[in-house]
Amino acid sequence: MPASVAHTSAPTSHHYTTLGLDSRKVAIWAFIGSECMLFVSLISTYLIYKGRSIVGPFPHETWTDPATGHVFKPILNIPVTSASTFVLLMSSLFMVLALAAVQNKEKPKHTRGERVLGNSKLWLWMTASAGATFLGFQAFEFTSFVHEGLSIRTNLFGSSFFTLTGFHGAHVTAGVIWLVTLLAIDYRRGLGSKDSLLVDIAALYWHFVDVIWIVIFTLVYLIK
Amino acid sequence: MMDSHASMTNLPDSAEGQAHTPHAEEEHAHPDWSIYWKVALILTLITVGEVWAFYVPSFAASRGFVPTLLFLSGLKFTIVVMFYMHLKYDHRLFRVLFTGPLLVASITLIGLLFLFGHLHIKIM
Repeated sequence: MPASVAHTSAPTSHHYTTLGLDSRKVAIWAFIGSECMLFVSLISTYLIYKGRSIVGPFPHETWTDPATGHVFKPILNIPVTSASTFVLLMSSLFMVLALAAVQNKEKPKHTRGERVLGNSKLWLWMTASAGATFLGFQAFEFTSFVHEGLSIRTNLFGSSFFTLTGFHGAHVTAGVIWLVTLLAIDYRRGLGSKDSLLVDIAALYWHFVDVIWIVIFTLVYLIK
Repeated sequence: MMDSHASMTNLPDSAEGQAHTPHAEEEHAHPDWSIYWKVALILTLITVGEVWAFYVPSFAASRGFVPTLLFLSGLKFTIVVMFYMHLKYDHRLFRVLFTGPLLVASITLIGLLFLFGHLHIKIM
């Protein structure tokens, strides 16, 4: 059975391409493709400027300010970022479960496990909460960096780091708002299998935000 | 395995009608919970492996550190795209719409790294 076609409702209310695909799903994939180019340009900028900052603080090395003698520790906090990465990965699991719950809304649920897995509100809440938690980690990280002396104006690392992770954070924020909107619809009138394409499109965006973080986590945080 | 999942998909009547187009035959039903939790577990284990590698000084200083991390990151990226974004199961057009720009962007990234001296080719 076709998955993307299966997510659509009455054909009279939607536009289909000549391939029989819903044009909204084609549009979100085209949008994701363009977003790939945006993020690769930001990642390229970060990598090109990597190791070219004249003054600290630096991501992985200690730096002593020659003027004041103040010693700056390596700025990146790997344990905290690892935790936030785990939270974002789990949010992707919650998102696919939310989508599956909406797709199978009309299926009868006999066991407690089936009822839990079929609870779209629960999984949408979990996804939005995980996204908000990730943003909390990022706010904590940004605040602690500024307190430790690294701002967007300090050096090339600060400029490229805050731009890249800030853009990603803005995308996560947009995703959380989108999820809360879906949740509001679910509470207001209930999301059914006829709405599964709406959730599928939001899910694709959310997973894209996740895969971009997978790349950022490795290139920015782990590779010295 | 996908055939068993196909029966679990709850299709609206109108969508059932769409299912019989020739192009639609290229697509398959999405996986379910039994696949999703295994994917999440694999992603978690890979992330733990990456962080562990970061904290092992001898490995972090070795030549294999960066290629290993890039491979693991690429693996996680592919797993999420294939299983959570359903690119493995969806129409071929979506694969083209995603991998096309990604390929162009990746080639541009590698080109820029060569231009700015982060990557080197030894000639002679």
